[in-house]
Amino acid sequence: MKSKRDPLSLFLLAVVHASAAIAVFVVVAIVIYVVVNGVPNLAPELFAFTYNSENQSMLPSLINTLLMVALALLLACPIGILAAIFLVEYTVTGSKLVKVLRLATETLSGIPSIIYGLFGRIFFVLVLGFDISLLSGSCTVALMILPLVIRTTEEALLSVPKSYREGSFGLGAGKLRTVFRIVLPSALPGIFAGVILAVGRIVGETAAIIYTAGTVAELPGSVFDSTRTLAVHMYTLSCEGLFMDKTYATAFVLLLLVLALNGLSGLVAKKLTKGAGEK
Amino acid sequence: MNQKKETLAKWIFCLAACTSVVAVLAICFFLFAEGLPAMGEIGVKEFLLGTKWKPTNNYFGIFPMIIGSLMVTAGALIVGVPIGILAAVFLAFYCPKKWYTPIKAMTELMAGIPSVVYGFFGLVVMVPLVREYIGGKGYSVLTASLLLGIMILPTIIGVSQAAMEAVPKKYAEGALALGATKERSLFFAALPAAKSGILAGVVLGIGRALGETMAVVMVAGNQPQIAKSILSGTRTLTSNIILEMGYAADLHREALIATGVVLFIFILIINGVFAVLKERGGHEK
Repeated sequence: MKSKRDPLSLFLLAVVHASAAIAVFVVVAIVIYVVVNGVPNLAPELFAFTYNSENQSMLPSLINTLLMVALALLLACPIGILAAIFLVEYTVTGSKLVKVLRLATETLSGIPSIIYGLFGRIFFVLVLGFDISLLSGSCTVALMILPLVIRTTEEALLSVPKSYREGSFGLGAGKLRTVFRIVLPSALPGIFAGVILAVGRIVGETAAIIYTAGTVAELPGSVFDSTRTLAVHMYTLSCEGLFMDKTYATAFVLLLLVLALNGLSGLVAKKLTKGAGEK
Repeated sequence: MNQKKETLAKWIFCLAACTSVVAVLAICFFLFAEGLPAMGEIGVKEFLLGTKWKPTNNYFGIFPMIIGSLMVTAGALIVGVPIGILAAVFLAFYCPKKWYTPIKAMTELMAGIPSVVYGFFGLVVMVPLVREYIGGKGYSVLTASLLLGIMILPTIIGVSQAAMEAVPKKYAEGALALGATKERSLFFAALPAAKSGILAGVVLGIGRALGETMAVVMVAGNQPQIAKSILSGTRTLTSNIILEMGYAADLHREALIATGVVLFIFILIINGVFAVLKERGGHEK
């Protein structure tokens, strides 16, 4: 039996439902808009190997994006995962060191990408002399995803039952062996989910990359060449405003990529929780 | 031998963990080292309170951009906070089970959409809509606020929903048992207990809105002046950097980095407030 609702309650009930409806409507509207306008504009020449003034092909940018993702992961993953191992396996919660480390990680994750871009421009481009290049861009985004990798790895490590570690110790394994042979493999799906999420962040990033990796829409000859990622490509196209059809198509590909990556990450994470439930 | 290996490994892990500390310090150091001298050269007062930004004539006043950032962020909060909190209430207490997964997934999907895609959507859909039905040129504080309001939704929904779900069920149940309606029980008994967490979500949203660059630069018009109404264009701190960094040199370039320093200080303050609120929210349970 429900209690009778007074006007205030009815009003609250209405706004709660309306707000949820608005939130859902907005996402659906954006996705549908991009899909409806993007798909018809997908043309084979958009995936030509070269970009020129007649054909603003997105393939070079797409490949550059992959290169940047690979490089950034190469830098951020080892550091992030090892850092998380230290935080979870080697420290006592509440110690001063952990507090400092956690504060630093949280500060990093709160810094907006434009600040990373500025820092990358000063440090990697000028101080280290990497110039505006694939390498500078990769270093910058690697720094940007580091807190994400650390946090998700930490969570994955924490979800590994204590008994695993105790069992391993009980059999005479050392700490290092336990971490690498027992804990890390069990935490792998969780770590993987975090890494995929980080890839999504890089693919969608613009502000941190545009002035560190530049906007040259060609395949780089080396890591010291300037490159344009897909998101930067999308931004330059929409700023030029000349090739709307291509911009729509690029928006669609970019959205598809990022959403697929997020979806994949969710799936992997779900698999992890399912696996944990079976134990 | 084994002991040595263990110790070595521990130090390597520790070193990796210290990277984030080093990174934070390096970011602070290089930004301040490049930005503060420029501020000194321009004059702190002229820089922060000057209303003229004309790099070619050596006028570097970022007051309009500070106001622009604050206006746009305030606008985003007006749009995003009520909708976000109420949508979180829906997800936490009202959502039918079979709808929960898709709706939750959609709010998470929202967080995944790249800001340049939001910006593009704002540019081709919202700007014309505002121009057509509300007035002005479309590139305005209002458009930027609406777009940012949408963009901070997932942050606010996520954090405040978690805070609401952490409130013990008995709070609302007690109110229900005393004869209050479900709505009154939730809004007047359960939500006040989650207020630190909800506030933390809002603060995180402020940080997102203040730091957002690509979406704002595409819809806000970018005139370096204080907006006379919500229908006129303005420029934010972030847009100022992204618009001119490409070609700026010398003092102009350093003034842009100093703009970044001002933004960075804002963000650090917000992060601090967020950390305090989160801590407090944790203690309430």
